[in-house]
Amino acid sequence: MTPPGTRPSLLVAKGVSKRFGGIHALSDVDFTIDKGEIYGLIGPNGAGKTSLFNVLTGIYDADGGVFEFDGKPLIGLKPNQVAARGIARTFQNIRLFQNLSALENVMIGRHVRTHAGVFGAIFRNRATLAEERAIEKRAYELLEYVGVAKRANSLARHLAYGDQRRLEIARALATDPKLLALDEPAAGMNATETQDLKRLLEDIRRDGTTILLIEHDMKLVMSICDRVLVLDYGRKIAEGSASDVQGDPKVIAAYLGGEVTLNLKRA
Amino acid sequence: MSTGHAKSIPPKVWGGVALVAIALALLPFVAALAGQAWVRILNFAMIYIMLALGLNIVVGFAGLLDLGYIAFYAVGAYVYAILASPHFGVHLPFWIILPLGAAVACIFGVLLGAPTLKLRGDYLAIVTLGFGEIIRIFLNNLNAPINVTNGPQGINLIDPFRVGAFSLAKTDSILGITLSGPQKYYYVLLLLTIGVIVINLRLQNSRLGRAWEAIREDEIAARAMGINTRNVKLLAFAMGASFGGIAGGIFSATQQFVSPESFGLFESIIVLAMVVLGGMGHIPGVILGAILLTLLPEVLRYTMEPLQHALFGRVLIDAETIRLLVFGIALVVIMLYRPAGLWPSAVRKRELETGTTK
Repeated sequence: MTPPGTRPSLLVAKGVSKRFGGIHALSDVDFTIDKGEIYGLIGPNGAGKTSLFNVLTGIYDADGGVFEFDGKPLIGLKPNQVAARGIARTFQNIRLFQNLSALENVMIGRHVRTHAGVFGAIFRNRATLAEERAIEKRAYELLEYVGVAKRANSLARHLAYGDQRRLEIARALATDPKLLALDEPAAGMNATETQDLKRLLEDIRRDGTTILLIEHDMKLVMSICDRVLVLDYGRKIAEGSASDVQGDPKVIAAYLGGEVTLNLKRA
Repeated sequence: MSTGHAKSIPPKVWGGVALVAIALALLPFVAALAGQAWVRILNFAMIYIMLALGLNIVVGFAGLLDLGYIAFYAVGAYVYAILASPHFGVHLPFWIILPLGAAVACIFGVLLGAPTLKLRGDYLAIVTLGFGEIIRIFLNNLNAPINVTNGPQGINLIDPFRVGAFSLAKTDSILGITLSGPQKYYYVLLLLTIGVIVINLRLQNSRLGRAWEAIREDEIAARAMGINTRNVKLLAFAMGASFGGIAGGIFSATQQFVSPESFGLFESIIVLAMVVLGGMGHIPGVILGAILLTLLPEVLRYTMEPLQHALFGRVLIDAETIRLLVFGIALVVIMLYRPAGLWPSAVRKRELETGTTK
């Protein structure tokens, strides 16, 4: 693992905050993701991990703070503009286009990098036909890359659970992201599937895409992430290499529950 | 996956195409044996195919429930009526007004689309229903202070399609074959309908068509994948409305009379029924739905009274009432036994089959 700070940074978050009524889903979160790393985001349920994803990708507006992505600020952008800037994501509760084929799902991911409009669709000029062929070819390559090419023509809803997770990654990769944000990609996977996923993530990193990973599978996080950020009640409580974070008393308290220890003492 | 690559077409397919072409070319003569009324009904079926395909873009592809679609048909019809009738004394040729009507309807489509971008499902349905009524009420009342639409009386003596002295409304003899007005319109409509079908097929298998389907399936995921849902939805409304506008213009020219009565909520619902009953999002299904729902009421109109005479010796229930009754029952039965439509896309069919085996 390369020590932090030796690579140029890709995403810098400064003082990011988000409130829902009186609940502080995120308060004043700072972090930096370097180019080419796998950056883990962990924390107990309700810690604000998914909220952070939603603020980052423009689904929610932040109440405070800024993101700087690839040297330029990401402020007030709509989700589609964030995707165009080079951040692609998957969802905790898989959101594929269920009634479209696996191939079509990935082809839709190419939308943001292609141009054909109404005119091209109706007249099918040479440029449009070439673009269509390129879209289909790239989509098929990505299906092979994540390992679901055999199911290219099956409806997304008919794919096995693990394949759906992989398909969602392929669809995200189709947008040519600089940063791939994965929300619990190993959730519901068995040990073998998780191992396959780990290899896939390593391949993606090797091929030049930075990864931001929310994950509950600690074995996966600890074995693959260069650095880990720990959130609890919307606040950053630790950041550092996997082993540093693991030994941090605040992290242990967050996971095992500080109050439980107190109650035990009293009893 | 058909993505429109040039594929070699086997001769068998060409044979089939040729047979269909011959059948379509002879159809108006066969229909004329039963009376010119049946040729007019065929023409109406084609107008409804265009309407249903236009609505299918909004409802079937993009998944936006639109109950006011007939408003665009009305806009197209009135644009034609105003620019080619003695009402204002303007008589522009049809090949200018038809595209113009489509363009005006397209603008109305965007006008309806823009404020409803954040609405979905029931809420969108209610707003579009209101929009359809607003247009109809405007047409009804826009005879003062300036008489634009001639109010409830409607606009009369609208020009038919005409090129020089050759009018589609008159009977002519071409190359020794006598063609009635409706028969001539049949061929023009056939060409336009084929054009509309081809455009729809191409739109569906395009980057834009996929974006529409993505919005239908999951709008949040579509946005996260970089689809500008605002623009893509507006395009769906605009394209759908344009086809409605063209159909409206043709309606004006064939009827030579328009009035607000033709554009009520019932019409919107019939067109929606064609889309849903045929198979939402599946172009051949929608075409089938449009043909059936145009022909079925007419067949019932011509058969119900003679049938009652034969059975009971007199007419117990008048044809108009029983026609709607049978029509309604038929719709209920079809939706009960074929909930995905009469001719659903392979995708929806598979969906349904797995649904029943689970």
